[in-house]
Amino acid sequence: MSDVLIRAKGLSVGFPIGGGLFNKQILKAVDNVSLDIEKGSFFGLVGESGSGKTTLGRALLKAAPITAGGAHYSDGEVDYDLENITNDQLKDYRKRAQLIFQDPYAALSPRMTVRDIIAEPLEVMRLTKSRAETDARVREIAAKCRLNLEHLRRFPHAFSGGQRQRISIARALVSAPKFIVADESVAALDVSIQADVLNLLKQIQSDMGLTFLFISHDLSVVAHTCDHVAVMYLGRLVETAPTRKLFAAPRHPYTKALFSAIPSLDPDDRGSAQKLTGEIPSPTNQPPGCKFHTRCPFAIDHCKQVEPKLETDGTGHDVSCHRWRELMAPQAA
Amino acid sequence: MTALIDVQNLTLKFRTDEGLITAVDNVSFSLNKGEVMGLVGESGSGKSVTAKALMHLNARNAVYSPESRITLHTDTGPVDVLSLKTHRELNIVRGGAVSMIFQEPMASFAPAITIGKQMVEQLQLHGDYSREQAKRWSIEMLDRVGISDASKRFDQYAFELSGGMRQRAMIAMALSTQPKLLIADEPTTALDVTIQAQVIDLMKDLVAEFQMGIVFITHDLGVVAQTADKVNVMYLGRMIEEGPVRDVIRNSKHPYTQGLLAALPKLDDLDSPLTPVPGDIPSPLERPSGCVFHTRCSKMVGDVCKTADPKDRLIDATHKVACHIYDEVPA
Repeated sequence: MSDVLIRAKGLSVGFPIGGGLFNKQILKAVDNVSLDIEKGSFFGLVGESGSGKTTLGRALLKAAPITAGGAHYSDGEVDYDLENITNDQLKDYRKRAQLIFQDPYAALSPRMTVRDIIAEPLEVMRLTKSRAETDARVREIAAKCRLNLEHLRRFPHAFSGGQRQRISIARALVSAPKFIVADESVAALDVSIQADVLNLLKQIQSDMGLTFLFISHDLSVVAHTCDHVAVMYLGRLVETAPTRKLFAAPRHPYTKALFSAIPSLDPDDRGSAQKLTGEIPSPTNQPPGCKFHTRCPFAIDHCKQVEPKLETDGTGHDVSCHRWRELMAPQAA
Repeated sequence: MTALIDVQNLTLKFRTDEGLITAVDNVSFSLNKGEVMGLVGESGSGKSVTAKALMHLNARNAVYSPESRITLHTDTGPVDVLSLKTHRELNIVRGGAVSMIFQEPMASFAPAITIGKQMVEQLQLHGDYSREQAKRWSIEMLDRVGISDASKRFDQYAFELSGGMRQRAMIAMALSTQPKLLIADEPTTALDVTIQAQVIDLMKDLVAEFQMGIVFITHDLGVVAQTADKVNVMYLGRMIEEGPVRDVIRNSKHPYTQGLLAALPKLDDLDSPLTPVPGDIPSPLERPSGCVFHTRCSKMVGDVCKTADPKDRLIDATHKVACHIYDEVPA
């Protein structure tokens, strides 16, 4: 068994919404999620908008309130329980866990030079002792992200989307973190640039021995970059498996539907896909039983009443569906 | 087949503090009734600007070259779009015979006016409807695009609808004036894949039913393969490849189109590495000389790429490409 960097156990994140003093409603954005992120892995988290993937990523960075359960971080140097972390520990955790944002146009201050943007975390966290040391560190990270010295003097507006995203990556890496959450980090980029940034992330991960949580709605991107994938729906984990296993034989009807919804590049392969009807229900008004039964073509009465548990089969391929064995059977025969 | 819209030598520059910026450079194409044209390119390629030109909707600092011609063929005869001036004249291409669906449905609906009121308003503006008729027709259209409980939705605001629902309402609104040409600017980009599949199906049904032409702008080649009859690929304002969807996707000729296809992560081959198109898109202020793509091209044939603008070459009757590789091919 290899080392686990972050272990979430029954992690829930809830936000109070509306209601009065006596009937406060809680919106459960993430509900009872357990998962292990192994050290040095590229862990993919997929799901539609509203599935809670971003909230889960933020909870693991201790940037969203953990309302139940918890997550344990252990990198060999320190051990933290994120659900009751002290302020001093949190300061240290901020150096170890960093976030890369989705939109490189919104994430960079237009009034700071690229050098200042990348150096800011060092200065705020007082990681370097002198300006010379800061500069040296900035240059080293910039080179890793294929930015040159000329770039450091300029302002963000002078850069294209791909270059800006490389600046965001440099900023996230400058405090030498161990754990990075990349939230839709290539979604805003053009296809021709997207592959370049993905390759850069992969290379940095192997060079620096980082662990990534890669949040994306794009399954084909996840298939190409991640070693392990977790699929979320309405705050629950519905399926998790090593990438190849998941893509070779998805077990949950939702995962299957996600796969078949990817538009095929073959113009003659139109409309053969199994289409999902309806939309993801509102998290304030969740259906009983299996959360997916309102859209599931295979739902039976049992699904409407009893919520399935995440079943572990020992090979790391877990699924929460009452009928997955039945539904897989015709394919095995 | 009759041509619906005909674009000839469209060149469009924007007047800015830094001088004239070329957004569209000598682009020509035409679209027939009932045809779906995919307009593909990355950000800054000029695809949205081209589409907006069809409605004469570009900002005031847009400068069209004197050779630019856009002709819309309506029931009452051809209309020279770029010569339209007054609001009354422009109504025909803005919601009348031409409608547009935008990428962000939340940003395209007025937030403080009900969906229904907005639909009725535009119907009365473009057609001879009484308020009651307009309401009935709007509800029918909402129902037609698959919105359940349409008469209730009619009185709701945009924020009360989910993303997929909002985009359906947008489509219903765009189609309610029964346009001849529909411009869809990245209509599915902001949607989840499962909802995207539903919207694509809906649009295909609607083309078949209403027999209109669609200009479908997208950066997603998968979406193009699923919807379009023909594809036009743009790069930095130039139309670099054009042809039937099967030819362009299976037998692409331009190094940029080939690069785009190679950069796509493919699900059936997880072992092959991702191959990006090298380099970054040049700023429109520093437009490369010669072929606009030469700064990122891995198949340059020589200095000619840096100095001479490639001419359109015909690969066959319908497949056109602008690249010096094919210079020997007799045009």
